[in-house]
Amino acid sequence: MLGKLSWAAIPLHQPIPLVASAVVIVGITAVLVLVIYKGWLPYLWREWITSVDHKRIGVMYIVLALIMLMRGFIDAMMMRTQLAVAAGSAQGYLPPEHYNQIFSAHGTIMIFMVGMTFMVGLMNFVVPLQIGARDVAFPVLNSVSFWLTAAGALLINLSLVVGEFARTGWLAYPPLSELAYSPGVGVDYYLWALQIAGVGSLLSGINLTTTILKLRTYGMGYARMPIFCWTALASNLLIIAAFPILTATLGMLLLDRYLGFHFFTNDFGGNAMMYINLIWAWGHPEVYILMLPAFGVFSAVISTFSSKPLFGYRSMIMATMSICMLSFMVWLHHFFTMGAGADVNGFFGIMTMIIAVPTGVKVFNWLFTLYGGRVRFETPLLWALGFMITFVIGGMTGVLLAIPPADFVLHNSLFLIAHFHNVIIGGVMFGAYAGYTFWFPKAFGFTLHERLGKAIFWCWLIGFYLAFMPLYILGLMGATRRMQHYSEMSWQPLMVVALVGAVIILLGIILTVVQLVVSIRARQSRKVGGDPWNGRTLEWSISSPPPSYNFIDLPQVSAPDSFWLTKQSDKPISDQHHDPDDVTPPTIPSPSAVGFVTAFFAVITGFALVWHIDWMAIMGLLCIVITWLVYAWRNSDDNEVSSQTIETFDASSAKSQTT
Amino acid sequence: MNTASAMLQPIQSDDIPLSERGPAPTRVVVAYGFWLFLLSDIIVFAALFAAYAVLVTRTVGGPSGSQLFNREHVFIETACLLASSFTCALSSLAIELHNKKYTYLFSALTFVLGIAFVALEFIEFTHMIVAGNGPTRSAFLSAFFALVGAHGIHVTLGLCWLVMMMAQVANFGFTARIARRLLCFSLFWHALDIVWIGVFTIVYLGAR
Ligand code: HEM
Ligand SMILES: [Cu+2]
Repeated sequence: MLGKLSWAAIPLHQPIPLVASAVVIVGITAVLVLVIYKGWLPYLWREWITSVDHKRIGVMYIVLALIMLMRGFIDAMMMRTQLAVAAGSAQGYLPPEHYNQIFSAHGTIMIFMVGMTFMVGLMNFVVPLQIGARDVAFPVLNSVSFWLTAAGALLINLSLVVGEFARTGWLAYPPLSELAYSPGVGVDYYLWALQIAGVGSLLSGINLTTTILKLRTYGMGYARMPIFCWTALASNLLIIAAFPILTATLGMLLLDRYLGFHFFTNDFGGNAMMYINLIWAWGHPEVYILMLPAFGVFSAVISTFSSKPLFGYRSMIMATMSICMLSFMVWLHHFFTMGAGADVNGFFGIMTMIIAVPTGVKVFNWLFTLYGGRVRFETPLLWALGFMITFVIGGMTGVLLAIPPADFVLHNSLFLIAHFHNVIIGGVMFGAYAGYTFWFPKAFGFTLHERLGKAIFWCWLIGFYLAFMPLYILGLMGATRRMQHYSEMSWQPLMVVALVGAVIILLGIILTVVQLVVSIRARQSRKVGGDPWNGRTLEWSISSPPPSYNFIDLPQVSAPDSFWLTKQSDKPISDQHHDPDDVTPPTIPSPSAVGFVTAFFAVITGFALVWHIDWMAIMGLLCIVITWLVYAWRNSDDNEVSSQTIETFDASSAKSQTT
Repeated sequence: MNTASAMLQPIQSDDIPLSERGPAPTRVVVAYGFWLFLLSDIIVFAALFAAYAVLVTRTVGGPSGSQLFNREHVFIETACLLASSFTCALSSLAIELHNKKYTYLFSALTFVLGIAFVALEFIEFTHMIVAGNGPTRSAFLSAFFALVGAHGIHVTLGLCWLVMMMAQVANFGFTARIARRLLCFSLFWHALDIVWIGVFTIVYLGAR
């Protein structure tokens, strides 16, 4: 009846997971009770859960990312404390099978639920505003994508309470992840969660690509798009090209595990190295899917706070697109030790080093943008400057790892861990924070507390260096990754330094919450108009927060940084309609529960598949199909915005901007 | 300053570059988005093809492709699918003319040919499995069943979609939205044909 599910799945004998799941359950229940008690549920349902507005969906993505950052960071703290004590005869407090689940969950959550989610959230919010569109190409699909991502996140976290998570690392290499060596449900949780979230990512990639290529406003040719839109385009093209490989690869592993296929098994002719090749054919593009939007954020931030157009706009586009292409030609650098021979390794090593060239072009463009500008050291710019230094260091250790003989020594050592955290924290996380601080006032109409914002930055910067520079040294001393205990006592001091660094990052994360609370409580006094940073692109030309339809009349654009140019000339932006006689009233799609309902049943289906509860899986799938059939039979989907709504909005935003 | 304000003048001429003409009509947007989806779907198949190419020799003592496949059978299968693509194109013409009768007729033909394809594939699969040559027999057969089966599942889902579309045409007529969906369906159907041509050449004709 319930497949493999039984009471043994609840971690009653393991104190740490038990307490953790109790805390999570109590927390979720508390939030639910509060929401219902305060009567917020109808509002949340109407305005957020069923919303198909790209801005709302973008905000929800970022909320999800921040929550998942806490979860992933708790895992990181557990690993750091374990390694600070588990030297010599001390065994620490985490047994190996638990430690293995922690690093697997940490990696999976940080990449898929923090990095991806944060970047997709920023792109969702910003891209339509920057290209002068009223929404994305497929608003309902956008909501589906978001909720599928949330469904994946929920499944991963469910494994904490019911069952276990994978112990196979964040990429679940076979043969370890095959049924023969991982008979538990951990790998199944991993696989189904990523399949569901992966479909969400793919759909959102298609959606945003179509939006950028087909919905740009009048006059916005390709050479006039803000760089953030270019990097978003590159990133979403990579999603379309790479995520199907992930889906197919994980699908093959699922066939192995569920139906006894032999793609990657040790026996019957399976080939485990094929999995490693396929997964990295997705995995390397994935790191650029995360990194490119962050590059776009930095471009926007640096040119805004230097009060200058971006230096080398066209070379920036070229660099972005060549990174996009090159990212598909380097995957083998993740396993030089496979033994493909000197020629193959040499080729992939050189290709990897070549990526440093367009990246270098970008760094110099940013430097020249700053040079001679009227630089304002606001928080977003601090993140950008911290990024430029940190990322260059990470890039250089990356080039080092791209030398096959060096990689043979450093592969799977803590040196590698230090390298990729160096680029991923210094690049993606700093970019996420920069974008969050930069566009927050656009989303909510008030700014985040500046002093706290700067404190958060310094915590992350200093904390990062303390936490990860020791790992470079430890790696050179021979410490390997995924290691729960070590007997070499001389490593311990550096491990303790790394813990101190992690504690400082913890402070930064706590301050992030404090900053949010403080800023929300002081929102009346922190109110700003449409253009708080003296911005350059179209999103700053409308009020903060923008109306649901973004632009009453689609703007006419005639250059990059068009809003900046308008401010330079004396013509108000409202004079720039492409044709004053042709003002069709904006239409906005009506809210839809399809996304939420689909994701709800996706969680049920995923859970049922993990535990082999066949009837429940079939029911879940059927419910998804029925949901879509009902949706396909609807009669209309777009609401014309009544002129009354527009007037009300204009009146209220005019009022809020004068107060 | 002067150039800036000059550049801000509304442009009204017809020789504006395509990329500057503003948002595309819904029909284009939908078809384009669906195209991108098809591309991603084709990449799923590319990964399965790659796996097949890697594992094709791994028969571990079991039968190889040339021992298993019946070319005549597959030829009839292929003929059905290609013919269904042709009738699908004819029904697209009927849809353009808003002719319900011919739309139903050609869609029904498409459906019958599609069902024939799926049935033939089903027969082939059951024969192999009954003879003990199922996907668990060898890595080669795993890759074969996954690749060809994935295509078969696509065709089956396409048939369900086709039925639903006919019900929608009956219900709503040729509204803009229904026409867009029909367009997407025909794109999907032709894409499956393209994938099948790959399967036919690489898997069946290339069998060793
Ligand atoms: C915020 C501070 C962070 C700390 C203190 C931290 C710490 C750690 C530690 C201790 C490990 C295990 C290393 C080992 O195998 O010995 C690890 C692994 C990993 N981390 Fe982080 N991390 C942080 C942030 C991130 C972020 C932001 C990401 C990605 C967006 C990330 C992605 C990963 C991945 C993919 C792994 C590899 C997991 C595996 O071995 O399968 N981490 N991290
Ligand atoms: Cu890589």
